[in-house]
Amino acid sequence: MTTSSIVLPTIGLTLIFAVFRYLNFALMAHATLGAYAGFVANTTLGLPILPSLITAFVVAGIIGYTSDRYILRSLRASGTVTTAIGSIALTIGIENLLRFGFGNTLQGYSLPMRRDWWFEGVRIAPQQVENLIIGLIAVVLLFGFLTYTRAGKAMRAVADNRPLADIKGVNANRVYGWTSFLAMGLGGLGGMLLGMDTAVDPLLGYRTMVSVFAAAVLGGLGSMPGALVGALIIGLCEELSLLVLPPSYRSVIGLLTIFIILIVRPQGLLGRRT
Amino acid sequence: MENYLIAMGVTVGIYAVMALGLNITWGTAGMVNLGAIGFVAIGAYTSALSSIGLDLPIGVAMIAATLIAGLAGAFVAATTAGLRSDYLAIATLAASETVRIVATNETWLTNGTDGISGIPGPFRAMLSPLQFNCFYLALVVVIAACVYVLMQRLSYSPFGRVLRAIRDDDSVVETAGKSVLKAKVAAFSIGCGVLGLGGALYAHYTSFIVPDLFVPLFTLYIKLSLLIGGIGNNRGGIAGAFMLVLFLESTRFIFPYLPDLSPVQVAAARELLICAALLLVLKRRKRGLIPEPNDHRFLPTHFSNNNKNLAH
Repeated sequence: MTTSSIVLPTIGLTLIFAVFRYLNFALMAHATLGAYAGFVANTTLGLPILPSLITAFVVAGIIGYTSDRYILRSLRASGTVTTAIGSIALTIGIENLLRFGFGNTLQGYSLPMRRDWWFEGVRIAPQQVENLIIGLIAVVLLFGFLTYTRAGKAMRAVADNRPLADIKGVNANRVYGWTSFLAMGLGGLGGMLLGMDTAVDPLLGYRTMVSVFAAAVLGGLGSMPGALVGALIIGLCEELSLLVLPPSYRSVIGLLTIFIILIVRPQGLLGRRT
Repeated sequence: MENYLIAMGVTVGIYAVMALGLNITWGTAGMVNLGAIGFVAIGAYTSALSSIGLDLPIGVAMIAATLIAGLAGAFVAATTAGLRSDYLAIATLAASETVRIVATNETWLTNGTDGISGIPGPFRAMLSPLQFNCFYLALVVVIAACVYVLMQRLSYSPFGRVLRAIRDDDSVVETAGKSVLKAKVAAFSIGCGVLGLGGALYAHYTSFIVPDLFVPLFTLYIKLSLLIGGIGNNRGGIAGAFMLVLFLESTRFIFPYLPDLSPVQVAAARELLICAALLLVLKRRKRGLIPEPNDHRFLPTHFSNNNKNLAH
């Protein structure tokens, strides 16, 4: 069930890479931010889960837009290395902002207690099924957005061929804004799903970063269907690895995947050669 | 107070060594290393384990640390140096996480999260704490000076010129018949070796290491010291290390005066300050306190290689 919690951040990462051609390491910090935004909406304001999820999406999206517009955009002009370092600094900055506000303690959402379901000897938590459904709905909505709306088409145009999109009069800055908002929003939504599955703390996103990057690299950086496939495979492998590896070594799956893919097939399963 | 000041001097020296190591990969060759701390950790653990477990003399253990960290760097660079630099960014970050996970879980080797304590320091038993601090400061200064001279020789050797050319435009280097890949792997490996040496110096000084010391924030410290001092310039790395420790330590004195902050909040606020400082320095993109000198004295300014210092 790892898949359901990493699929949205993976898609967010891929979306950013497709449009901007750079990796935003700060994505998982925005996931943590979304988890906390949902936490405040859910426990302090007493909202039900669905509005809290929407809050997580919107807050992470708005902050993602702001951080990209005012911090990362000026760094992008000076190249990949600078941007990568900048986004790592942003990650640790956001993490500490949350730590300053909420402390290091594990927090939980107020969710109804439910009995686990049993299918043919396999135990399934209802929460995980719900997370999967929410994740799928978000993915369908996103693909619909990209396929049918004007802004979505503009995003795909910029991702596909930036000079051509420019000639055709697509406003690149607006596309960048939309992309950051959507991608970071998805990250935030994913972060809250992750928090519902486990617990919320300032390192929530950071712990999952390796899995998300592994999924994106496996699927092929910049390929949206690749992100889905990558998240599915990494999620499954991580779950199955529990049969042979101690749980603390779970993230090794992601790390190994990254190295193997970089050596064997850097463009990933469904990506284009870069 | 003397002990504190001397300890800070040692810290400056260790940061300076690490900054010099990072400078050759990042400043000279323009390669990203987001996992610098992973190689520092490899150095620290190698040196600690070989001096405790194998009873090697501390000097030999430090050399072993340098070599092993260098080999690890060569492996990471060899897998990714031919790809876009984004991949190197992911691979280095993944590598440093791997080191941390292995150090946390392989309890038989590293004692897990309890860490390794009682790492021997040179002549620690024979000297009083103050004397030991003074001795270690001298040692660190000598080592930092040696590394500085070596790096200086290296960056103005033909090899160093190839690296700077790769940073500025690697297709030109390829056209000139140099192997870009080989030079990149070599530069990265040397840089990681020096980072490992920095880790070894740290381990033998503090006599205690745990996996949690080696977090990404530490990588940012090293990068920040290089950025403050002037990237692409070895003297800058040392000046930057000095400024960084001054900055880090001064925040330690300010926060206790702020009322109503819990220790967690103070720690968070300090880290937040570091991140803000780094972002600010990156954004202003100043060339640091001591900018990189030109190879050719009579080049018109707009051809100066400093213009593209960070442009990769």
